[in-house]
Amino acid sequence: MGFTVIKPGICTTIQDDGRRGYLGSGFSPSGVMDRRASHIANLLLSNKVNDPVLEFCLAGPTLRFTTDTFIAITGGDFSPKLNGQPVSMYKAIPVKRGQMLSFGAPKTGVYGYIAIAGGSVRVPEVMGSRSTNLKCGVGGWQGRALQTGDYLRFMTRDVEFLSNLGSRSMENDDAFYGFGKDELTLRVIMGPQDDMFTEEGKKTFLGQVFTTTSKSDRMGFRLDGPGIETIHGSDIISDGIALGAVQIPSHGRPIVMLADRQTTGGYAKIATVCSVDIPKLVQCQPGRKIRFSMISVQEAQALLREEARRVASWEKLVKRPCYGGVSPRRTARRLTPILEAQAKSSSTQKLWIMD
Amino acid sequence: MAGFRITIAGDSAINLEFARTISPQTSGLIRSAARTLEIDPIAGIIELVPTFCSLMITYDPLVISYDELVAAVTGKLVDVQQDESATRRIVKIPVCYGGEYGPDMQTVCEHAHMREEDVIALHSSKDYLIDMLGFMPGFAYLGGLDERLHTPRLATPRTVIEAGSVGIGGAQTGIYPLASPGGWQLIGRSPIRPYDPQREVPILYSAGDYLRFVPISESEYVSIEKQVKEGTYQYDITVEGA
Repeated sequence: MGFTVIKPGICTTIQDDGRRGYLGSGFSPSGVMDRRASHIANLLLSNKVNDPVLEFCLAGPTLRFTTDTFIAITGGDFSPKLNGQPVSMYKAIPVKRGQMLSFGAPKTGVYGYIAIAGGSVRVPEVMGSRSTNLKCGVGGWQGRALQTGDYLRFMTRDVEFLSNLGSRSMENDDAFYGFGKDELTLRVIMGPQDDMFTEEGKKTFLGQVFTTTSKSDRMGFRLDGPGIETIHGSDIISDGIALGAVQIPSHGRPIVMLADRQTTGGYAKIATVCSVDIPKLVQCQPGRKIRFSMISVQEAQALLREEARRVASWEKLVKRPCYGGVSPRRTARRLTPILEAQAKSSSTQKLWIMD
Repeated sequence: MAGFRITIAGDSAINLEFARTISPQTSGLIRSAARTLEIDPIAGIIELVPTFCSLMITYDPLVISYDELVAAVTGKLVDVQQDESATRRIVKIPVCYGGEYGPDMQTVCEHAHMREEDVIALHSSKDYLIDMLGFMPGFAYLGGLDERLHTPRLATPRTVIEAGSVGIGGAQTGIYPLASPGGWQLIGRSPIRPYDPQREVPILYSAGDYLRFVPISESEYVSIEKQVKEGTYQYDITVEGA
């Protein structure tokens, strides 16, 4: 029991936190582009945070569910609909057998995420991960993006109940991503090859505005802007590339290396984007203005610890007894219209009730 | 003090830089440093990526902080020694040089002030040591390219390079095992597939092996390509005493 793909969307793949242990043989780590969004989607459903999710880019898939379950949609806003009716993001929502999930116009962001209760879809682990590596054609669903007609089974056959459903929602994350803002600031740690750039070059990098371009994908985001000056060119003897590395090829404009990046490369890296700021970058549509600001590695690691604490607190938040549960009168007021609507729409359908 | 410099590659990785020029000694030193960290691991280290001159270490900063990691690694690698082996395994790579398979051959000839025949003869005249695999599955970085053939990378990397392409990037040469974007100057293409997930041994070679490029004609290219597709091609791999 799972879903059938009616329309595949763009680059809809299965991704978890990525493949570890094979960088040294040249395998990209893969994994979700926006870890924050995928973790939130999973924790809203009490999945493990690194359970696989569906990731799509700008156009979401249309899926028909063949079983009852709950899903959570996070990341960019692509106007999700269930049977044609708009549904909330950042919220656990019940999906009934036969219902159709679809997406409309892109509003904010680039990557959208769909998590499925009960531990997601059933796909085999390849080299320790269920992430799709498109370049090598391994992992995820048959090593490729979803196509029309694919039928994916779920880990758990039927999920009819999720405790404290009323608590399983969060504010949308627009403030974190800075979607409304004119300009986005990404914090970076200088190095490993910042000493290959002139003082002027470093000033340009940290002082000027860059713009995101359409030449961006799961490998990397290419930015446009003033050229960054090197001392003797930007060729280096190829070395390892970390997530978020800001490569400067000889044309002088930065490329930020992401989930499907090559494991090593020969262009100097002036800086590395902080882990906590990578989700902000990957959700930038082309033409977005970006500034880089420098922090220390210690500060960046403190930010990461803070983020981990925040995720842990959300995990508690979504499990707290919901307000509706402690006030019977409110519960009744909220339930009545739902029950009435359900009774009207189908007499055969099972009722679902919040606890 | 250990013989390396530590540089910062973000909040979840560091680089141990052993040298700034390629040499078999440095490469041997890095392989043995990696082995030391594999045999007796430091908690929090996730991956090791050995390259020509440095060893990248990725780690989980929620387990070990940057400062703790630097202290632990420096302590562990304080007297790391290089290791050497006695035999060489040579994998022969047939290459059709120039023409449509090597669109940047003219750039390399002009840069080297050499004729195409001489570039081909020079490029295929020696065995190249595989210092590391990286960049993509089975991409072998080779040391020892003749200085006359050193050519800067393209100013703007190509968005697609065909699998099997043989190129020069700065002081390095090598073969693309999969179609990929890249910035190397392409001088030829091989019909064989260094990485094939369907093959019993998906990657033909490993670090420490040697590659030998063997010039072939266009008709030989077509014939070998057909054999590779049919699965009948016999890879030419030999082992010699050092």
